[in-house]
Amino acid sequence: MSAHGGRRWFVPTASVGLALILAVVPLPEAVAAFRPDWVAVVLLYWCLIEPRRYGLLSAFWIGLALDTLTGTLLGQHSLALLVIVYLSQRFYLRIRTFPASQVVLIVIVLLALYEFILFWIDGVAGREVRLIERWGPVVTGGLLWLLVLVAIERGRREAEARM
Amino acid sequence: MSGASKAAGIPGRGGVSLGARFVLLAVVALILMFVDHRQDHLQRVRALLSLAVYPIQVAVDLPFSTWDSLSAALADRSAIMSENEQLRSELRFARLTLQDYEALKRENERLRGLVSAVEDQSELDYRMAEIVAVDLENRQRLLINRGANDGVKIGQPLIDAEGIVGQVMAVYPFSSEALLITDTSHRIQVVNTRTGERTIAQGTGDSGTLRLLYVTNDDDIAVGDELETTGLGGVFPRGRLVARVTSVERQPGQSFASVLAAPVADLDRDQEVLLVWSRPPAGEGEAIPLELSP
Repeated sequence: MSAHGGRRWFVPTASVGLALILAVVPLPEAVAAFRPDWVAVVLLYWCLIEPRRYGLLSAFWIGLALDTLTGTLLGQHSLALLVIVYLSQRFYLRIRTFPASQVVLIVIVLLALYEFILFWIDGVAGREVRLIERWGPVVTGGLLWLLVLVAIERGRREAEARM
Repeated sequence: MSGASKAAGIPGRGGVSLGARFVLLAVVALILMFVDHRQDHLQRVRALLSLAVYPIQVAVDLPFSTWDSLSAALADRSAIMSENEQLRSELRFARLTLQDYEALKRENERLRGLVSAVEDQSELDYRMAEIVAVDLENRQRLLINRGANDGVKIGQPLIDAEGIVGQVMAVYPFSSEALLITDTSHRIQVVNTRTGERTIAQGTGDSGTLRLLYVTNDDDIAVGDELETTGLGGVFPRGRLVARVTSVERQPGQSFASVLAAPVADLDRDQEVLLVWSRPPAGEGEAIPLELSP
């Protein structure tokens, strides 16, 4: 592994760590309902950028970390992340050929599915569930992904200009 | 992360397909959830995982605790002087009350000796714990910076200067998770200090409201009544304020009245809480373990 390899390992890990921090940073109750699913967004990003390095196993462990941090059932976030990462990898080749606008739509659908799984497990486990609070994160997560795509596009154009 | 997950994401590697690996991991997650929901066997697993995520919790809390200490350090002199003055007068007042209290305690002991009653109130120990500024999924729970290393036990009560805050639900090596009295799954037996009638206060999920259960329409209860702990069940110390009644709605045709109360503890704004240990009365050897009653 060269210095380049070291960087490849550092950036994803740091971004996931940051996402975990943002997932539990205290927010006022009114704003907290719109807290994006930082971890899901960041994980989806890495699974689509480098599907050979980040996948189901990453989703499982990161989900467990999130469960421990937020005090939910162990495995709840793991399962939800596993499902969306599985779908993103299953249709990885197709998603890559889509234009940016459609990728955003797919990510929004995946985030909605993620929230629904969390909501559903809460319901089955007999925990308190509030459906309203579940849709804010999907919207803000989609917007976040839009920003990510703009950044990727810009990076790609710069790389092409350099060549 | 990199070592373990390198193999993941390569479809079909080693003959195991993406779908098979997904099913395997999903089943593991489902089993974890099932076991975690049904039993407490995963306490150790949770404790281990909590060690792994502890740095993240510290990182989240750091700006808040730094801000607190900074604002304390930078507070201007006159403000500190006036606060000092105020604290002095409060301390003087508290000392006076304490003297009254000591006198009452001696008299109480003397009277107890006269009737040779069994001492039912064990001595209490307190220790300060800071609330870690971390948002948990359930907002009626909180994380404190004391854990198994400090001798924290499940079921231990949490109080603040005003009254009862909650009780410890899960203990990790350096932190513990506590349930506030306002959580919907929390019930606490209380007694009305004015009438001596007992009832149960259940959380509503709103940090400013408790609901009193089983108060009949004929019961004597009024807005402003103070509710304190009964000490029955062995979890909470006796005679601590819990809440004040804020609304009484008698419903004709229903067997129970709808009574709401506001917790006296400052659940929203507390930064520190006190953990309570009960010490056996002098003369007895072993500590009596606290009874668990969730």
